[in-house]
Amino acid sequence: MSGERRDGRIVIVGASLAGLRAAETLREEGFGGTLTLVGDEPRPPYDRPPLSKQVLLGRVRAQDVGLPGRRDVDARWRLGVAAVGLDPIGKQVLLADGERLPFDRLLIATGTRARPWPNPEEAALDGVMTLRTADDAARLAERLDAGPRRVLVIGAGFTGSEIASACRERGFEVTVAERGPSPLVGALGGALGALAATVQRAHGVDLRCGVTVTSLRGRDGRLIGAEFSDGSRIEADIAVVALGAVRNTEWLADAGLAAGPRGVACDAGCRAFNMYGIVTDDVFVAGDVARFPHPLFEYQILALEHWGNAVAQAEVAAHNMVSPGPCRRPHLTVPAFWSSQFGLNIKSVGVPTFSDQVVVAQGSLRERRLVAVYGYRGRVTAAVGVNRAKWLGYYQGLIETAAPFPPRPGAADPPASGVPVPSDVPSPQTLSHGPTVALTGHVPDRRLTLVRHD
Amino acid sequence: MRPDTLFQRITDYANRADPYPLYAELRENGVTRQTDGGYLVGTYQEIAELLHDPRISSDIGNRTDPDEDILRRPDPPAFIGVDDPEHDRLRRITMRPFGPPHSPGRIDALRADITRITDDLIGSFRDKDRIDVVDDFAYPLPVTVICRLLGVPFEDVPLIRAWTNAIIASFDFAPEKDDRDHQERLRAGMEARIAMAEYLGGLADTRRDRPTDDMLSALVNDAGPDGRLTREELKSTATLLLIAGHETTVNLIANGALTLLRLPQALRLLRDRPELMPNAVEELLRYEPPVHMLPQRTPLTDIEVAGVTIPKGARLILMLASGNRDPLRFKDPDHFDPTREDNQHFGFGSGVHNCFGAPLARVEAQIALSALVPHLAGLRPAEDPPPYRRSALLRGPRHLVIERA
Ligand SMILES: Cc1cc2nc3c(=O)[nH]c(=O)nc-3n(C[C@H](O)[C@H](O)[C@H](O)COP(=O)(O)OP(=O)(O)OC[C@H]3O[C@@H](n4cnc5c(N)ncnc54)[C@H](O)[C@@H]3O)c2cc1C
Ligand code: HEM
Repeated sequence: MSGERRDGRIVIVGASLAGLRAAETLREEGFGGTLTLVGDEPRPPYDRPPLSKQVLLGRVRAQDVGLPGRRDVDARWRLGVAAVGLDPIGKQVLLADGERLPFDRLLIATGTRARPWPNPEEAALDGVMTLRTADDAARLAERLDAGPRRVLVIGAGFTGSEIASACRERGFEVTVAERGPSPLVGALGGALGALAATVQRAHGVDLRCGVTVTSLRGRDGRLIGAEFSDGSRIEADIAVVALGAVRNTEWLADAGLAAGPRGVACDAGCRAFNMYGIVTDDVFVAGDVARFPHPLFEYQILALEHWGNAVAQAEVAAHNMVSPGPCRRPHLTVPAFWSSQFGLNIKSVGVPTFSDQVVVAQGSLRERRLVAVYGYRGRVTAAVGVNRAKWLGYYQGLIETAAPFPPRPGAADPPASGVPVPSDVPSPQTLSHGPTVALTGHVPDRRLTLVRHD
Repeated sequence: MRPDTLFQRITDYANRADPYPLYAELRENGVTRQTDGGYLVGTYQEIAELLHDPRISSDIGNRTDPDEDILRRPDPPAFIGVDDPEHDRLRRITMRPFGPPHSPGRIDALRADITRITDDLIGSFRDKDRIDVVDDFAYPLPVTVICRLLGVPFEDVPLIRAWTNAIIASFDFAPEKDDRDHQERLRAGMEARIAMAEYLGGLADTRRDRPTDDMLSALVNDAGPDGRLTREELKSTATLLLIAGHETTVNLIANGALTLLRLPQALRLLRDRPELMPNAVEELLRYEPPVHMLPQRTPLTDIEVAGVTIPKGARLILMLASGNRDPLRFKDPDHFDPTREDNQHFGFGSGVHNCFGAPLARVEAQIALSALVPHLAGLRPAEDPPPYRRSALLRGPRHLVIERA
């Protein structure tokens, strides 16, 4: 049994962070069969977090962010070609160039792409860009090197805010437009969102919250400015559309899986569900494209766009792909991510949006140095450190043990107040930026239609 | 009087050569309250949790019953004895001229110096049949390196040595509070500390506006986003760096030499596979750590540890060397294995106060022991166990005389 699982054919679709780490883990765990990685980007796997940070600051070039390999994966790489379909009965992946890749086990790691500007004509204007890939970053960096007069960032989630930060650091005029009440509010709630707004403004960002961009104006095919829902206008030569991510699941439309706009649903062992909610045993999912139930968060189905989650989930998926039933592991890692912007080092553990209250447990908002702890129905569910990442290990322990909220006082650097307030996590519909953690609920994406394969 | 509490037995000089059976007893007993009101913690998991717990203070001013410790406290205390947010600010300012992101090259730049000093020392005893690893090698190296890093002129090194000796000797636990010698050591330690701080303050003054390429110059002249240290802060910080920066490293090198002399197999392995040295140094930090305990912690509120409530203000002692040998955490903990992989030891502590100088200490120990290994074959300790230093906290041989077998 275990011998069987250690050979055969494994195909991984999506050759980025999750795909690469899964491939490495498969080999580490003794998988001796044939391994194929399919990726529609022509480059070998690279790291995305620097794209909105060091690359835009001109410190690292977009082509120099390759992911260091942990070991040789001895795989066939099919780069530059997309998977366009999955035949679950014949167990084959169909590629855009017509090749059919048979598999015994499949890992879906197709991640997400940037949500495009909804108006295609405006989106096509020279100067309107998104930021997800290394090519995107290279283009944006080049534009910044040319010295834009004003950059418009549409959407103030993590990516949008980091872009604005890099632009300000380089001395460019920046306007940020956000439909929600403040930047980062979708991921961190009201209190830290307000802090982010203060900090952005203190750094000279022209921050406009509660407005939407109603049109991008062009002349001779080039972007020249934008209009807002409050009737105001600006001139801008670059607009970066940072409206969140779209999951790359279209290629699975006919695969019979529980796959849709919110991702591919899987169990705690990373096995994909089919559209009836029955778990498959040969199709696994990992990374940004996955959504999975998490016991620490009442088995809510989570979709995370976090680097650390992609790595951890890929490792669990790979382990389970080559391990017999009783040796399989659940993916229980506490979600964590970081961001650096406007001199703030933000690190989060747990799921801040899974909360009803928040309290400053250490430090102070005014000093921009604090740990905020989030609670849901009297239990600790998340903590966010602002220039205070070092204590988060302790709070992670509180999350893992579902410790009572609010945490008892007594920590060093005590806050002035220490009284919990509502966490004010808005519904995603009211934001420009998608949240990087989505609670996608228990319900399937689509109404069921019975399909018979016979 | 026969020492009776576990802590008294641990600090009893008679047990310095081999405190490990006492640590096993400590782990067996769980969190134990000593008759003097202190609490000892010796299990890995609990130590790890406490080191990351923001409710645990490093500032002994928070003790309900600040005993004579408080007398040793310099004013203002250096950041090893300060809590957030001050700790964070002071440590950040001090890190600026020492490590990444602002000074990523500082330690690498010292590599050549460390290698040269090491080679000189080895050259001076190569042909001798009898050497003292401590006096002839382990001691001179770190003190020279830390003086160079800070910018202390070479001719003042003996001065620094004398002060450091007095200060370290005062880091001790008196079997009885009215022990005369102990009081005397405390007084001498305090005086040495004041003298050293004055000296360093004066040295820094000479660098103001006339910077040389060292840390003191950078600390007085460069200001980052957090500003600069005040003169008083600079004095206690520089004193901390000088003390923390060398006595520990001496012990690591000496403990390393002793361990390799005792375990010919490990010595042979490192001779054949020198690339294992970085890993072996980590194992040494686990197996024979220079810092055996952290005696300065105090809970800011009542906390529960492994079912025991430790009251606010109590004296909390974390036995790092015991956690390093916890069989619940480390496989075969009493075995020295230079190839050990899963090795998150407490040699440098953990949490916000984790060792500031760890990258430097690692480089020094790796270079020093790599240079020593080829010369150890065929030698043996003249005495085993060798005579130890007094301190139960910073534990290492006072002398380690080795000779041809
Ligand atoms: C600018 C930016 C900054 C970020 N910063 C941070 C940060 O600071 N901290 C943090 O925690 N996270 C950050 N992230 C998120 C992090 O990068 C992602 O969580 C991570 O990349 C997810 O990895 P993945 O492999 O699951 O998905 P992806 O990296 O999205 O990779 C999926 C791959 O699959 C390919 N693919 C898609 N469809 C197909 C198909 N049909 N056929 C073949 N290939 C296909 C895609 O082109 C892509 O190469 C950032 C992301 C971006 C874009
Ligand atoms: C092998 C050598 C060394 C060992 C074993 C060692 C061990 C330790 C340990 C265990 C701590 C934690 C103290 C605590 O938590 O209270 C510590 C802190 C510290 N060490 Fe080291 N150390 C070594 C070398 C150095 C060097 C070379 C330097 C200086 C360049 C240094 C500077 C410091 C400082 C400044 C602190 C206080 C950090 C803080 O409070 O934030 N150490 N060290």
